[in-house]
Amino acid sequence: MKRNALVLGLAMSATAQAGDVQVAVAANFMAPAKQIAQHFERDTGHKATLSFGGTGKLYAQIRNGAPFDVMLAGDDTTPARLEAEGGALAGTRFTYATGRLVLWSARPGLVDDKGEVLKKGEFKHIAIANPRLAPYGAAAIETLTARRLLDAVQARFVQADNIAQAHQFVATGNAELGFVALSQLMKNGKLGEGSAWVVPASLHQPIRQDAVIIDKGKGKPAAEAWMKYLKGDKAKAVIKSFGYEV
Amino acid sequence: MLAPADFAALWLTAKLATVTTLLLLLIGTPLAWWLARTRSWWKGPLGAVVALPIVLPPTVLGFYLLLLLGPNGPVGRFTEWAGIGLLPFSFGGLVVGSVLYSMPFVVQPIQNAFEAIGDGPLEAAATLRAAPLDAFFSVAVPLARPGFLTATVLGFAHTVGEFGVVLMIGGNIPDQTRVVSVLIYDHVEAMDYAQAHWLAGGMVVFAFLVLLALYLLNSRGRRA
Repeated sequence: MKRNALVLGLAMSATAQAGDVQVAVAANFMAPAKQIAQHFERDTGHKATLSFGGTGKLYAQIRNGAPFDVMLAGDDTTPARLEAEGGALAGTRFTYATGRLVLWSARPGLVDDKGEVLKKGEFKHIAIANPRLAPYGAAAIETLTARRLLDAVQARFVQADNIAQAHQFVATGNAELGFVALSQLMKNGKLGEGSAWVVPASLHQPIRQDAVIIDKGKGKPAAEAWMKYLKGDKAKAVIKSFGYEV
Repeated sequence: MLAPADFAALWLTAKLATVTTLLLLLIGTPLAWWLARTRSWWKGPLGAVVALPIVLPPTVLGFYLLLLLGPNGPVGRFTEWAGIGLLPFSFGGLVVGSVLYSMPFVVQPIQNAFEAIGDGPLEAAATLRAAPLDAFFSVAVPLARPGFLTATVLGFAHTVGEFGVVLMIGGNIPDQTRVVSVLIYDHVEAMDYAQAHWLAGGMVVFAFLVLLALYLLNSRGRRA
């Protein structure tokens, strides 16, 4: 009885100061963010409203007054830039997830587990996310450069605007294979269909995704609670189950 | 200022819009003629199909084109069988997408112009023993001139401004599928706003000049 009363009391104190937090989320983190938001609401009583988009677009919206309290970016340069420009709170930035790159084909058996398929070159199109815009695209270029295959493969690039579209090009079979994010292929903690080579992390710079509190989130308890929750074990378990490293 | 890649995208966009507009005038004119003159039951359904691209969001249209034209889609299987290869990620694919996407903007003005002519002038031509084809070219087409002009302008402009379809089936390949709208989007996403402003400005000036030339040509043609 006593314990129940305590739990009830905690729950009440949480709802007493319950607030809203508006979170801008990079498109590649959509699925885990939704799960984390559910846990977050249940555990803290705060409500998290999620908006999704490409990191560059979210940046433009934030710089032009979008009502976001927190940004979960798809890279680590955008939050740093926001902070340097005075649009984000200094000292709140941290890496909430590190992405893994995968060479993937929807066709079983096309991609071997060492990526030798790149040398054989038996494909017409290889999809990558635009390296200028997407960290996964830049990582793909670094991987090809490290393997000394960039010149051989470059002419067969089809560039997607983001990692979601790169996945789509491969999933529809229009590109035989492509570099995508491991998080896109994970279903219930396992790799889905097709064939894949999980690129060793040593072949490219780490794909760090950083979170930061935006100016508008200053002094909001719900924003601080969200950042704290994101660092906690429950959130980390969700993030890992989607194929990110934490 | 504009970089070589920007000029390449401008040139490609002009090429795409020109090819698309010419093809649309070629396909759209007989289609509009039929829609304007027919008493068939099929007029309603076919007219509705022509107007459908206005309803679908461009990225949605593009996504289904990607499925249809891809190696697992019926059209993709056909083009591969016919030896054309697959259309996505090629200039030809963009032309196909643009023709579908801009179809209503070309067919409808021409159809309206044909309908406005009515039966009178064509019957008069027939009594003067003009063959149907002769009557079409020497009576109907000149009378429908304003409709053709509107169709040309709208078809061209709509293709220049196209983004969603190209984004979905293009693959952002220089000189093949990287048109101005996609490149501006890239500049913005990369937070390279100065470059985006220059290119967007260049696009507006270019489009204005083309449209102005068309309108001037038309008003001179009328005076003559």
